[in-house]
Amino acid sequence: MPEQTVIEAVRDTMRAEMRRDETVILLGEDIGNRGGVFLATDGFIEEFGADRVIDTPLAESLICGLALGAAVNGMRPLAEIQFADFVWPAINQIVGEAARVRYGTNGLKTAPLTIRVPYGGGVRGGLYHSQSVEVLFAHTPGLTVVAPATPYDAKGLLASAIRSDDPVIVLEHKRTYRLVKGEVPAGDYTVPIGRAEIKRPGSDMTIVTYGLMLHYALQAAEAASEQGFDVEVLDLRTLRPLDSDAIAESVSRTGKVLIVQEDTPAVSISSEVAAIIGERCFFDLDAPITRLTPPEIPPMPFSPLQEAAFMPSPEKILAAITKLAEL
Amino acid sequence: MAATVNKSPKLTMATGQLSGERLVELYRTMVLSRYLDERVWLLNRQGKAAIAASAQGHEAAQVACIEATDPSKDHYLTYYRQFTAMLALGTEPEEMLRSFLAKDGELMSAARQFPLHGAHPRVDLFNFSNVIATQLPQAAGVALADKLRGSDAVTIVYFGDGAASQGDTHEAMNFAGIHKLPIVFFCENNRYAISVPLSMQMAVDSVASRAVGYGFPGVQVDGTDVVAVYEVTRAAVSRARAGKGPTLIEASVERLLPHTTDDDHTRYRSAEDIEQMSRRDPVKITSETLRRRGLLSEVEDEAIHAEAKRRVNTATDTVDAEPYPGVETMFDHVTSDSARKRDGIS
Repeated sequence: MPEQTVIEAVRDTMRAEMRRDETVILLGEDIGNRGGVFLATDGFIEEFGADRVIDTPLAESLICGLALGAAVNGMRPLAEIQFADFVWPAINQIVGEAARVRYGTNGLKTAPLTIRVPYGGGVRGGLYHSQSVEVLFAHTPGLTVVAPATPYDAKGLLASAIRSDDPVIVLEHKRTYRLVKGEVPAGDYTVPIGRAEIKRPGSDMTIVTYGLMLHYALQAAEAASEQGFDVEVLDLRTLRPLDSDAIAESVSRTGKVLIVQEDTPAVSISSEVAAIIGERCFFDLDAPITRLTPPEIPPMPFSPLQEAAFMPSPEKILAAITKLAEL
Repeated sequence: MAATVNKSPKLTMATGQLSGERLVELYRTMVLSRYLDERVWLLNRQGKAAIAASAQGHEAAQVACIEATDPSKDHYLTYYRQFTAMLALGTEPEEMLRSFLAKDGELMSAARQFPLHGAHPRVDLFNFSNVIATQLPQAAGVALADKLRGSDAVTIVYFGDGAASQGDTHEAMNFAGIHKLPIVFFCENNRYAISVPLSMQMAVDSVASRAVGYGFPGVQVDGTDVVAVYEVTRAAVSRARAGKGPTLIEASVERLLPHTTDDDHTRYRSAEDIEQMSRRDPVKITSETLRRRGLLSEVEDEAIHAEAKRRVNTATDTVDAEPYPGVETMFDHVTSDSARKRDGIS
């Protein structure tokens, strides 16, 4: 099976979806001749033309409002927000409008649009090229939010997102784009929305995580195995709807849980996962629910020592595993 | 391209594109709209309609604009004051009242939304939200889809003078100009955004003058003049349908009632202002002009009023007796996935 990076998988999937469905159009900043700032659409304008690969003016609310209008009128728009940090001007069109189209029209209108949002830190991005923006979207009824971490899942979930009849936010961690390689089947497949996956089976404890942290957690779990701890790693993959069955199954079996996320902790994905575990696994727990997150400061400092201190790392996760194992 | 002001005198073109018969039909819709609008206000005071925004003063602009479009294929993105436009597009008085009273079987959102919000099942009219100006970028997206597939449908997007201040308005017009989209931006300028007067909304006295910054024509028109509004809209729709791009129309209208049933405009409008604007009542103006030009007799006018009153009374009796939707449907249509709905996760 061929190996690809995450960005290669994203690019190939978009190209395949545009070839199979001519209603798929791309909207975003610098996605045309530049091919996107991460080269996700490299070569697209040559293949599909400027009608389907539309370099928009520098206006994020416009991008998402356009995508919504085109979606309501028979298209399957795929919008790119250049950096997650720039999505805030478009929040109203996404959270306020697109998420409620189906409900607010009693199903008379649907909004089959996809918004790709490169997010995350550890890339010396400072306060405005590092943010994790998942919580607001994951909080919103009507939206679907996926956060693939591997090339395989990036392809399968992006295809599911584009083919979904609901508005889907696809969170792609920038640092995984070229860092993470993996096997990707050449043919067509999808990964179902709403299904977490055990990326490493284990019996002593469960790490629940997503995004870049999946890879750090896998490294830490590998190191922990040398110390005799058998750690299971559950990759959430979809953040709305959360796969509460998979979370409950794994944690009930292992009896201990460490939730790892790159986002700040207050009212976050880890809060919701902890609530699910509290509701469904209370009598199976052998230790308190634990979390490893950055501190509660605006993500994230530009200066290298402070950025490293902010970000969770394999070493920090290993330390948290060891501590939890001894509880 | 500077803004141009349409100078056509009132109803002088009655023998042009709009026949005398059609003019009387448009007037009939305006009268029905007025009676129904008054009834909704009354139902609010009776505690039966939770909230209403009136179109009184906007009737002529709305019927004339719709008349210049093709409901079999055009798209209409409305805002909360498009009461008369809804009737002009064939919505029945019962359907309108069901929306205001939030009754079972409500047309556009199953009564989840404020009145006249949601989507129309018979024409491509929708109004997703109460957040001002969000419909403009959406309208540009609708028009973009038509342009890409080679359709000759036109998108009409409505907004008020307050919406002209929103960033979404600028972003949408800018994009529509760049791509020469088949779209008509139709501003109903009643000079008040709730209480804030036009002079506090913009340093210029015309919304239409902004079109020059987007590379398409802007037209100001007297929104109490059915023929004038029809003509400028027809020109804008033809231009859009021919692939020549957008037009910004600014119809000067009066808001004869407060912003909504929850507002009291005597707190911020002078008695003199209220007196003056009431002289620009489009229903009265249209009636007087039609009668002066011999297109409508006094007897016919009285019959139109009597018929409107009868229809409104019948609709009120019907809808007032209807039930509210039950709670069991409130979980429907959150997402496409019914399994997620069942689990209470959307």
